[in-house]
Amino acid sequence: MKSAVVLLPGLNRDRDMIAALTKISGKPPVTIWQTDTEIPDVDLIVIPGGFSYGDYLRCGAIAARMPVLRAVAEKAEKGVQVIGVCNGFQILLETALLPGALMRNQSLKFVCREVKLRVENANTAFTRNYRPGEIIRAPVAHHDGNYFADADTLARLEDEGQVVFRYAENTNPNGSINDIAGIVNARGNVLGLMPHPENLIEEAHGGSDGRGLFESALGIAPRQPALAGA
Amino acid sequence: MIKARITVTLKNGVLDPQGKAIEHALTAMEFSGVGSVRQGKVFDVELSGTDRAKAEADLKAMCDRLLANTVIENYQVEIA
Repeated sequence: MKSAVVLLPGLNRDRDMIAALTKISGKPPVTIWQTDTEIPDVDLIVIPGGFSYGDYLRCGAIAARMPVLRAVAEKAEKGVQVIGVCNGFQILLETALLPGALMRNQSLKFVCREVKLRVENANTAFTRNYRPGEIIRAPVAHHDGNYFADADTLARLEDEGQVVFRYAENTNPNGSINDIAGIVNARGNVLGLMPHPENLIEEAHGGSDGRGLFESALGIAPRQPALAGA
Repeated sequence: MIKARITVTLKNGVLDPQGKAIEHALTAMEFSGVGSVRQGKVFDVELSGTDRAKAEADLKAMCDRLLANTVIENYQVEIA
């Protein structure tokens, strides 16, 4: 499976994302620049985190109006998988590929810590390598991760299983409504989440809880636990 | 030239943690009777031309497509 990473000025988690995709899929992702109007044939497009265009106006607002995002939207319409992490999630909301908005954290503070996530829907292209209800660890680092949607949208997300990850064990770091940490679109091929699974994919990171997300999306079977003495 | 002012505010029912923090600060500064504060954004836009109807339509389109996030925000366009 081939992947691509979108590069925009001000993103700063692109290198982590490229490293994670390279390690997990065995080959480096294609990189796509802000002015690109065409995206090569890939199975997965990832928009990483950071502060695109300085977070001016609203987080992700300027990025969402760049030509490359129109190209991402066209790919998404064709069924290509898209993941937006952190600023990438904000950008997907601003393009309306996902519903709702991310507002300033309720504490008004930037949060950089580890949280627990519950896999609410293990039946998506992005979570099939996890068990339903599984609790995983995930790092977060953001100032605007407070998810909001109007009551109708929220009811639809909950009823249709589009809430994929929820902050668990009282670790909601930002005041998100219904403890929402990550959602998919109705079709199930676009995922946005605030936490950074790319920063927890190997033992050197202190754990590999985030690996399952990329393995699911890339169609890679979960790694078997190493045999004793192997 | 046409000058316009666009005001973007949060919709009713959307929590405004920044407005709340400002409200608390005003109360801490001993301004009495501050019931509530909601914060927003102001854009002063200058447009070439003199067609006010076209300007208003353009400004509204700018709000819908970029300046406001209509999921959480309302906007108001005033042409001077």
